[in-house]
Amino acid sequence: MKYTNEEYSKYLDKKVPKSPLLKNMLFAFLIGGAICCVGQGFSDFYKTVLGLETEAVKTATSITMIFLGALFTGLNLYDDLAKYAGAGTLVPITGFANSIVSPAMEFKREGYILGLAAKMFTIAGPVLVYGISASIAVGFLYYIAMAVVGGGM
Amino acid sequence: MFMQYLNAFWVGGLICALAQILIDKTKITPARILTLLVVLGVVLGGLGLYDYVEKIGGAGATVPIIGFGNSLAKGVIKGIKEDGFLGIFTGGTAATAGGIAASIFFGCIIAAVFTPKEKG
Repeated sequence: MKYTNEEYSKYLDKKVPKSPLLKNMLFAFLIGGAICCVGQGFSDFYKTVLGLETEAVKTATSITMIFLGALFTGLNLYDDLAKYAGAGTLVPITGFANSIVSPAMEFKREGYILGLAAKMFTIAGPVLVYGISASIAVGFLYYIAMAVVGGGM
Repeated sequence: MFMQYLNAFWVGGLICALAQILIDKTKITPARILTLLVVLGVVLGGLGLYDYVEKIGGAGATVPIIGFGNSLAKGVIKGIKEDGFLGIFTGGTAATAGGIAASIFFGCIIAAVFTPKEKG
């Protein structure tokens, strides 16, 4: 099965069924909240058991959640959950991992270079492009502001 | 301890429920939602506003993709404080290097090992 970017988005769209808004919001709330609680659990583990400092705790938690999101996508379980959760599985960082693994698996049959590796970034690409570009724009503004107020910030 | 889980639950859940409104009420595709939320996180992080959300929500604020945008912006500001002008370019990806590298590595390995479910 071949997908263009747009078709892949539509394909993801289908996992977010159109039904009453409140019911969808409730599922998104419950499942999204539950995923964040899993993250909180790892966060506490890294902080109290391994004694990592704050920034390291956040990084380690992100890496763990990304691994789990990727693994559950590989096991074909994440998409089953996504049918009910909608934004609840899309918005957490596990959804970012899902958006990488899903097309990568799908396009593996077209080879490991232009299939798996290139299509990994169908959704992650735009996220990184605009996320990183926006952060650099913020950096320029901050740098200029700092120069104007003389490093007082 | 329990309160932190409750807060992670409702803050993270609320962010997802709000995103669900966007999905249901507009024709915005999931790819655009993720991009939009990351950029929103960068803006909130740049203004230092996401700190308040993070203070209450803990992982409920850092696990949603907005937290990734926040980390990018905070990283850039930290980079500027430490390295000056160069930090504009190095700070963001330095702060998020773990997540980006892990996404690429685990994404690659897991996509190579597993196969997608046949669609009936």
